[in-house]
Amino acid sequence: MTDKKNIRVVVGMSGGVDSSVAALLLKEQGYDVVGIFMKNWDDTDEFGVCTATEDFNDVIRVCNQLDIPYYSVNFEKEYWDKVFTYFLDEYKAGRTPNPDVMCNKEIKFKAFLDHALSLGADYLATGHYARVKEIDGRIHLLRGADDNKDQTYFLNQLSEDVLKKVMFPLGDLPKSKVREIAKEAGLATATKKDSTGICFIGERNFKEFLSEYLPAQPGEMQTLQGEVKGKHDGLMYYTIGQRQGLGIGGPGEPWFVVGKNLKENILYVEQGYDNEKLYSDGLIATDVNWIQPDGVETSFSCTAKFRYRQKDSEVRVTLLDGNKVRVDFEEPQRAITPGQAVVFYDGDICLGGATIDKVYKDEKTLTYVG
Amino acid sequence: MEAIYLDHAATTPMHPDVIDVMHQVAKEVFGNPSSVHSFGRKARRLLDEARETLAQSIGADEKEIIFTSGGTEADNLALIGTALANRNRGNHIITTQQEHHAALHTAEYLESAGFSVTYLPVYEDGKIKAEDVKEALTDETILVSVMYVNNETGIIQPVEEIGALLKNHSAYFHTDAVQAYGLLDIDVKQLGIDLLSVSAHKINGPKGIGFLYAREGIALQQLQFGGEQERKRRAGTENVVSAVGFQKAVQLAIKEREHRNALYQSYKQIFLEVLKEQGIEFAINGDIESQIATIINIRFPGTNVEQLLTNLDLDGIAASSGSACTAGSVEPSHVLVAMYGKNSPCITDSIRFSFGSFNTEENVREAAKRVAKIIQRLTKKG
Repeated sequence: MTDKKNIRVVVGMSGGVDSSVAALLLKEQGYDVVGIFMKNWDDTDEFGVCTATEDFNDVIRVCNQLDIPYYSVNFEKEYWDKVFTYFLDEYKAGRTPNPDVMCNKEIKFKAFLDHALSLGADYLATGHYARVKEIDGRIHLLRGADDNKDQTYFLNQLSEDVLKKVMFPLGDLPKSKVREIAKEAGLATATKKDSTGICFIGERNFKEFLSEYLPAQPGEMQTLQGEVKGKHDGLMYYTIGQRQGLGIGGPGEPWFVVGKNLKENILYVEQGYDNEKLYSDGLIATDVNWIQPDGVETSFSCTAKFRYRQKDSEVRVTLLDGNKVRVDFEEPQRAITPGQAVVFYDGDICLGGATIDKVYKDEKTLTYVG
Repeated sequence: MEAIYLDHAATTPMHPDVIDVMHQVAKEVFGNPSSVHSFGRKARRLLDEARETLAQSIGADEKEIIFTSGGTEADNLALIGTALANRNRGNHIITTQQEHHAALHTAEYLESAGFSVTYLPVYEDGKIKAEDVKEALTDETILVSVMYVNNETGIIQPVEEIGALLKNHSAYFHTDAVQAYGLLDIDVKQLGIDLLSVSAHKINGPKGIGFLYAREGIALQQLQFGGEQERKRRAGTENVVSAVGFQKAVQLAIKEREHRNALYQSYKQIFLEVLKEQGIEFAINGDIESQIATIINIRFPGTNVEQLLTNLDLDGIAASSGSACTAGSVEPSHVLVAMYGKNSPCITDSIRFSFGSFNTEENVREAAKRVAKIIQRLTKKG
């Protein structure tokens, strides 16, 4: 066995409890652990303090407790170019992007991985709830043991080559255990609140944030039949299946967003959670990534998730030209949203994923969805 | 692996004699120098002796020395204090784009408070030009603040020329001499300097103490109110233990000045020679002929600062670059931006090494070898 103290593991530390415990576990296992904080976003709070400062201070406190060196690296430019630009472009196109998927693909497991390797690291570790496992000589991405926290959905764009250099020390643990470990070890971040929402927006109002970057164009809310139901504040503020914030009163069941018409700036709404207009039976997805690209059959059955924390659904996947796939659902699915990821699984193994582009029902594209 | 310190421009280890004398004073003298009893007098005497040593070290009178908490406070007091006290004479201040943030951010604050500030350009040799000062001067100019030696490049600025040309102008001349003091022979009267900032911890003294020399007769608004210490220019009980440590550090620096200059210069030469021997591609920022013995700022094409500094530290080499943001990541050096422009590759591949009392010929050689190895690894093609 190679002496673990000669294996250098760079841990991406955010100042949260998960990455703190990831570093702790690796240190306890005897690795040469180096903590690195990524600064991806330049922001100051109402008092002019760089918002990353508090998080970095937590990284410092934890690293001092673990007696490991810590550093910071700035990927603001890369993040802006690769993640934020994509994020805005998707909203401009009337879609609902997933910046976490893009951040993992372009920043954490590309730019940051390269940085770690340039520091002589053998592995990059993060606090994700996912597992990397060797099966029959191949490296696979597996769901985290805590089904409720599994984050493979966000990791669907990684490749086997990348996974070879990655460790997820929390993969076998439930979140509650992670908190427990942190408390027992007296880590500074043991009781720190988990971050919610999109990292660069933080606790701020999403609408306000987006309006700083994209002009909002208010328009009409209509049913698919053309009945005007009110005004919307700008299509980008709404996502398929959304109920909150529509402000449509009146009798009967609540109203939901079922689609958008970007050209005419119309938000389509229909009544009832289970309104049939929210349901579809297939989708086309682009930018397909297979974690193991070799040997993927042209058509196969597996399970899939269409959004984070959703239960798996049975699907049939058919490869199309131009790095696209068609996904046919065993059961109709509600609120499939262009811009979000569809992620494929074979049991616990994450096979890869793609970006939802078109949604259809009865062989017809639902043009009102996007 | 032995960690090797090449960051003396950030701070220096205290000299053992400094520690000894501070230890002794801390044990034996605790009085408040302002007190009217024997305990106070004992402390006052030590404080006055320290003040005298500091004054002599720059050809000043002891009345002209104001103890501060360090270089930053001295710069703040110099800039804000003269600006506020001389508002009736004008509202224009001249400084440079490459000042230490202690001066630069203070100037920016004054700008926000209604003063007009000219930031002089820096040329590729790392210097500002005295004629630029001349050109920027107006009847409204009340203060010119130019650092003596730049803390990132080590380049000595044309302070003497500026002092000479200001002799016929009513503007005060302030210089931040934090990196120059101790190594360069400074005579404020000869150089025409009205205000000068110094910090103890850059010359093997303690942290938390420095001084501002303010020529007698200068109008200076105090920024800190309270007791009448420091001739009412800086309230607060004096830090006697540190003042004595500071005094010892200055005495040693003066005594060993020539020796230190030669020694640190030789370390720099050894460092550069080893890099050359190892076939490392590098370039020096600024005119090496005008560089202080302790500092060298080197570009390593094909690398980037964060990657380099982290690698250096992981291999036990302490160096630095630019200034760290509060979230720890390295911001582009405003000094190199001033020299080369914000789009130049030079601002992302430069590292400052600074030599001093921690070093020996042997550890400098060893450090250079480790640096060379890292550069070779990072710039290896393919």
